[in-house]
Amino acid sequence: MSHAEDHSGTRRDFLYYATAGAGAVTAGAAVWPLVNQMNATADVRALSSILVDVSDVVVGTQLTVKWRGKPVFIRRRTPEDIERARTTPLADLPDQMSRNVAKPEMDASDENRTLDDAGEWLVMMGVCTHLGCVPLGGNSGDFEGWFCPCHGSHYDISGRIRKGPAPENLPVPVNMFFDDNTIQLG
Amino acid sequence: MSGIPHDHYEPKSGFEKWLHTRLPVVGLVYDTIMIPTPKNLNWMWIWGIVLAFCLVMQIVTGIILAMHYTPHVDLAFSSIEHIMRNVNGGHMLRYMHANGAALFFFAVYLHIFRGLYYGSYKAPREVTWIIGMLIYLAMMATAFMGYVLPWGQMSFWGATVITGLFGAIPFIGESIQAWLLGGPAVDNATLNRFFSLHYLLPFVIAALVAIHIWAFHTTGNANPTGVEVRRGSKEEAEKDTLPFWPYFVIKDLFALAVILAIFFAVIGFMPNYLGHPDNYIEANPLSTPAHIVPEWFFLPFYAILRAFTADVWAVQLVNWITFGLVDAKFFGVLAMFGSIAVMALVPWLDTSSVRSGRFRPMFKMWYALFVIDFIVLMWVGARDTEFPHDWISLIGSTYWFAYFLIILPLLGVLEKPNKAPDTIEADFNDHYGHASSDADAK
Repeated sequence: MSHAEDHSGTRRDFLYYATAGAGAVTAGAAVWPLVNQMNATADVRALSSILVDVSDVVVGTQLTVKWRGKPVFIRRRTPEDIERARTTPLADLPDQMSRNVAKPEMDASDENRTLDDAGEWLVMMGVCTHLGCVPLGGNSGDFEGWFCPCHGSHYDISGRIRKGPAPENLPVPVNMFFDDNTIQLG
Repeated sequence: MSGIPHDHYEPKSGFEKWLHTRLPVVGLVYDTIMIPTPKNLNWMWIWGIVLAFCLVMQIVTGIILAMHYTPHVDLAFSSIEHIMRNVNGGHMLRYMHANGAALFFFAVYLHIFRGLYYGSYKAPREVTWIIGMLIYLAMMATAFMGYVLPWGQMSFWGATVITGLFGAIPFIGESIQAWLLGGPAVDNATLNRFFSLHYLLPFVIAALVAIHIWAFHTTGNANPTGVEVRRGSKEEAEKDTLPFWPYFVIKDLFALAVILAIFFAVIGFMPNYLGHPDNYIEANPLSTPAHIVPEWFFLPFYAILRAFTADVWAVQLVNWITFGLVDAKFFGVLAMFGSIAVMALVPWLDTSSVRSGRFRPMFKMWYALFVIDFIVLMWVGARDTEFPHDWISLIGSTYWFAYFLIILPLLGVLEKPNKAPDTIEADFNDHYGHASSDADAK
């Protein structure tokens, strides 16, 4: 017999807590697959890396591809574009960060955002950092780069925010040359 | 079930007695529809029936639409056109369902604002109010997911913006967003689960409605005076009340008939008036509509979401206090959910001992301003964020919070209320003469 004032653990207490604990673990284990099924499926995850044929992209044009459900701008810039992007003083930029996954803590100079060192190829997400609209471009807006029609954010030819409500530069995803004519995203 | 004394169901025939001892379901229905109802209820007490009708209409038309709809990104948009063009009477059913959502929200806003004016949320009806707020939240989730199903441009971009709100939560936001969407962006997985949940939630609402009704049948209805029904005896209670059937059912059905006449005029002559033309363009993840506008019933809260930009000092202060954890985007999300949370907490924020706004002279003015504020926020929510709209939405949002967090708590202390009538019977007789003396009047 256990007594109300007897606070030491009894065999019954142990069985009670052990059963409750096992029940809680079982319930959690049963619920987890029901929650986890809502995460991205295998076929969605399989598309997290894609190859894009860029052999037809001539200088001064842009290819927009859908990657992970969002647009990616692949811009082949002219020498004038590169000149303009590389001579912009960093002090003129509202966002000082590169926003490049490959170069996370570096400054927003054009060299830290382009695919190649020469700066001919610029690959970045076509998703405005304000509210997620797709900017128009790349010779639009006050800085002859991209312009978001939703709330008037202006990006320069390096995809850096220059004017308007967007807080950050257009993000640069993981991107590299798979071969001479193919860019790999992700 | 009711706390007000009244006649209960007595089984008469042999079968009724047989059933009643086994399952008292007839008694449950009888007691529910014969509930003593304050006889001074005005026309603002009709919206409950309108809402019940809306729920049934939405479920019935929705089940039918689901027989013809295909929840797949490649087929959803054309299956809607299939409903509009090929399904017999399909255009009518779809317009009823789409505009039915608008009527649902129109009625729920009048129902909520009626409660806010007459203090229907006050003790002992707090649970009724909280359940009602849960119904309202479930309604918003259902309507939002339903709007995604046609897979038009507004569907897609509205879903992108609204699910993006969850991405604003610090640290775990992006994982939650990806979990909700089933991938990095709104896509087929999102459409599928939204369809499933859009079908499920109305039945959750139906269950909550049953609890809502149960709760206020336990406390009895509120009424325009805020004076409680006398419960000393059945005779006393009968001086203040009439049974719901037939008196209030007939009144409510008359109001419903008038409302449905207008409703069907809208469906017949201007079925797309409340919609957005961009939603007749198929969803395109690579092109954004120039203006992403939610449906009208979300606009006040959309305005609150957008009102708190990074240049507002309160936002900067919170950002500084939380070491940058709460940025402008997350602040806006918190403000939007907070605006509904403060409304849900109104039973404890309103300190006045007088229930009905009818006897509160100062409250009346602040309340009128609150109604105007709601309408202004609805208007400004559909505009762009240029000056002066940014200021209007900021002031409007601030007043929303001030009303619940400052004005209502203070008014209970500062205000000198007028005297309410002693009984519902006295109030009723002031308006309609002595009901008990019909014979005397003749």
